[in-house]
Amino acid sequence: MSSDADPGAGTEDARPAEAPGDLDREAKADRIRELLATEGDAVAANTRGFNEGRYESTARLDGYEALKDEARAIKEDAIERLPALIDEVTETVEANGGTVYLADDAADANRYIREVAAERGAERAVKSKSMTSEEIEVNDALADDGVEVVETDLGEWVLQLAEEEPSHIVAPAIHKSREAIAELFAERFDPDDPPETAEELTMFARERLGELIEDADLGMTGANFVAADSGTMLLVTSEGNARKTVTATDTHVAVAGVEKLVPTVEDFSPFVELIGRSGTGQDVTSYISTLTPPVDSPVPDFAADEGPLADGSESDREFHLVLIDNGRLAMRDDETLRETLYCIRCSACSNACGNFQSVGGHAFGGETYSGGIATGWEAGIEGLDTAAEFNDLCTGCSRCVPACPVGIDIPWINTAVRDRINRGEADPSQLDWAFEELVPDEEPGGLDLGTRLVGNYATLAKWGHKTAPLANRLADVGPLRAVAERVAGIDRRRDLPAFARESLVEWFEARGGPAVPADEATREAVVYPDTATNYVDVARGKATVRALEALGVRVLVPDLPGSGRPPLSQGMVATAEAAAEDVYAGLAPHLDAGRDVVVIEPSDLATFRREYERFLPTDSHERLAAASYDAMEYVFGLLENGADPAALRAPSEGTGPVASGRRIAYHPHCQARTVEVGEYATATFERLGYDVLVSDTECCGMAGSFGYKTDYYELSVDVGEPLVEQFGDTDRTVVAPGTSCTEQLDALLEASPLHPIEVIAPRE
Amino acid sequence: MSLADTSTFTGRLDDLGVAVSAGPPAECAAMVEAAAGEPAVGVPLDRSGPAAFADSPATLPERIETEPTTADLRGAHTGVTAASLGVAEYGSVALEADAAGTEPVSLFVDRHVVVLREADLVPDMPDAFEWLGPRARDESVDVVFATGPSATADMGGLVHGAHGPKEVHVVLLREDDPGEGER
Ligand code: SF4
Repeated sequence: MSSDADPGAGTEDARPAEAPGDLDREAKADRIRELLATEGDAVAANTRGFNEGRYESTARLDGYEALKDEARAIKEDAIERLPALIDEVTETVEANGGTVYLADDAADANRYIREVAAERGAERAVKSKSMTSEEIEVNDALADDGVEVVETDLGEWVLQLAEEEPSHIVAPAIHKSREAIAELFAERFDPDDPPETAEELTMFARERLGELIEDADLGMTGANFVAADSGTMLLVTSEGNARKTVTATDTHVAVAGVEKLVPTVEDFSPFVELIGRSGTGQDVTSYISTLTPPVDSPVPDFAADEGPLADGSESDREFHLVLIDNGRLAMRDDETLRETLYCIRCSACSNACGNFQSVGGHAFGGETYSGGIATGWEAGIEGLDTAAEFNDLCTGCSRCVPACPVGIDIPWINTAVRDRINRGEADPSQLDWAFEELVPDEEPGGLDLGTRLVGNYATLAKWGHKTAPLANRLADVGPLRAVAERVAGIDRRRDLPAFARESLVEWFEARGGPAVPADEATREAVVYPDTATNYVDVARGKATVRALEALGVRVLVPDLPGSGRPPLSQGMVATAEAAAEDVYAGLAPHLDAGRDVVVIEPSDLATFRREYERFLPTDSHERLAAASYDAMEYVFGLLENGADPAALRAPSEGTGPVASGRRIAYHPHCQARTVEVGEYATATFERLGYDVLVSDTECCGMAGSFGYKTDYYELSVDVGEPLVEQFGDTDRTVVAPGTSCTEQLDALLEASPLHPIEVIAPRE
Repeated sequence: MSLADTSTFTGRLDDLGVAVSAGPPAECAAMVEAAAGEPAVGVPLDRSGPAAFADSPATLPERIETEPTTADLRGAHTGVTAASLGVAEYGSVALEADAAGTEPVSLFVDRHVVVLREADLVPDMPDAFEWLGPRARDESVDVVFATGPSATADMGGLVHGAHGPKEVHVVLLREDDPGEGER
């Protein structure tokens, strides 16, 4: 491992002329490095806090999963019926005395809003935070007409003063420290007694903003939801600024994407319970406003303040609902992007994301939206180019999937958009012919070489194994690493996996196939020889065979193709789909024979259970998903069904890495946690008498091939930081089932982790 | 309404740092008197919250200015209004915007004193939205479910009173309460 090596060492000798991809990579790496240094700590502390809060708050909620299903069903239905709901809300709002305007795009919406402001003679507009109004950049449009626009959300106001962009969809200023805010206020307002503490800063802002709100003419808000049946909108805030914005001004303009419509007021209920918990871990935010405007409150006339607050005369309140399409109705017709419209902007996916926790929305975002779901939004609203800028930062770790209250498969949207980027932006002049043999994929010519190389890892590994040890020696040679870095973006600070001379399948055949006779076996199982196990880490494959055989299982290790996970991670969807079909074809006879499928590499199990749903016929997918087990899940199941734990290795026995004792530091794989098999290793260890400390990080940051890439190397290491904090000086035996996690832990801790099965398998 | 809801409700308010006084309607004025700071503005009980207050013995103390000018509102420390509904599971109170000014009186002050009838407590959010749905459709009501005081964490720490009140005090009226006053 060489993470401390000088990144510049040895570059001069072997660095050929700069390739264009090289410059992009360097610029991206620089930007990430800068954000890690300037905003990383504040973003990390806040997002991890929110994420922790989500776990605690949702755990307190009875029927959390049922509530998520209910929320999802409401959104599915609403998006399905969207055109009818638009008609319905137009009728109800107009019957209440308001106006509805359906705007095609940002320019159309802004034109309408400017007209309203001009008609009402507005000089100042106050705004309550709204992503949709960020999307259309209404502040600039109003400013062009001389209308002053003031953000009233405290975080948003700070950014307005600092002329910065939001870095998070719920807490826009999390990247700014208290000290930086104090400095900003001192500089902008030069107060006699500059505020410093959080309390002082808040009260300072409250007073300043209070005055600005009192004199404002126009109030602008977003809407979290709008009920078509009554024209009621739901606004969720904690500060009370949305309430003041609406109450203090006589003209209310609400801006909302068309996807915010739900059929009835009763449909608000599950979202009210989910939105705060999912985002910041609050059971419910302080204020849930349900307004059916124009609202009934009198308009306080702060300019003539001796008059009665409620003078009994009808107030001349006016209400405009501006519903914005801006690409959304087209997203509705797009099979992949449609799900994006279910998003309720809770930020759970950002908070759960390892990469977002490190760099925040300034790296992981487009023009308006940030975090994992931003790819879907930006692709739909701004176009593929904007989405492409940060789409790579989704590693597919999938930790956002269980976090999302409406069950959006965010990594899939990212994969599908990456596929479109691959296809749309490929440069056909690229000289990839030299790689054709190594990359027998289904992708169009001209795709970025690094992408193709990683995407064809199964072929590469097979080739490496056939030519080992030559390939291994070559992999370590400096000039070759420099070429790999330049051409394929593989960072030379990473050790590359060494290929085995004898693959798992070859070993199994050579030893004469199954050791447990069919008539003595309790069960029959196929151990899936995933690419990493078969060609690189054969030891864990052998350990799996030993453990299962010790528990009376008749094991087979047939030659099977790679799962398609690497091409999937590169957005090479057609290649991944072909792999799924090949794997299923290879496994089908075993499924027919009633055999179980035991999977050692968690990302492959997750692929079988999750992604194959999109590639295989429903029956085939369900059949394979039901028959496949994580290796430790399978062992646990065997023990539960009466297998003898004494056949496995207990902590007191043995020498070598495990002899240091019964104490284990276990890092479950991110995708294994998503498919809920992460805890079987813990349960099995504990059953055998080990003492287990489980890592509580979402993803180690290596995420398959991600951490190998030069542009993301530093980020990957930073994402692994919590692991270092937790396991840094542990005397426990470090175990991790994922190959890439193993690389990362090795690099960060110099720990050479074992797969859990290697700890409990009987000795050879 | 089951008693369990009341204890869930008061327990949640306690967690939120919201003070609670409970007693019979006849003691309403005394409880508000104790809870309200100076100067205080309010909305008469029969013009804020549920119509049922119209024939209730509950009243507000004399010193509460119930026909405030905008200047009174601006200068007030406390605002007193009724709530139409309470949500036990969350400790939320439903404040209904009306022409008499319940919304500004509950919002532009440092302390909000909320008068709520125990009979208007519902167990959970779905109940609250079932109550709201027909009223939103038929009467176009504007309701804010307020849970504890205004809060922000945008300035580097949790602070109450970002825009709305810094403190909330709930006066809970029990029909069959013999009158043990403050709890
Ligand atoms: S995609 Fe899901 S988790 Fe992310 S913001 Fe939207 S609703 Fe929340």
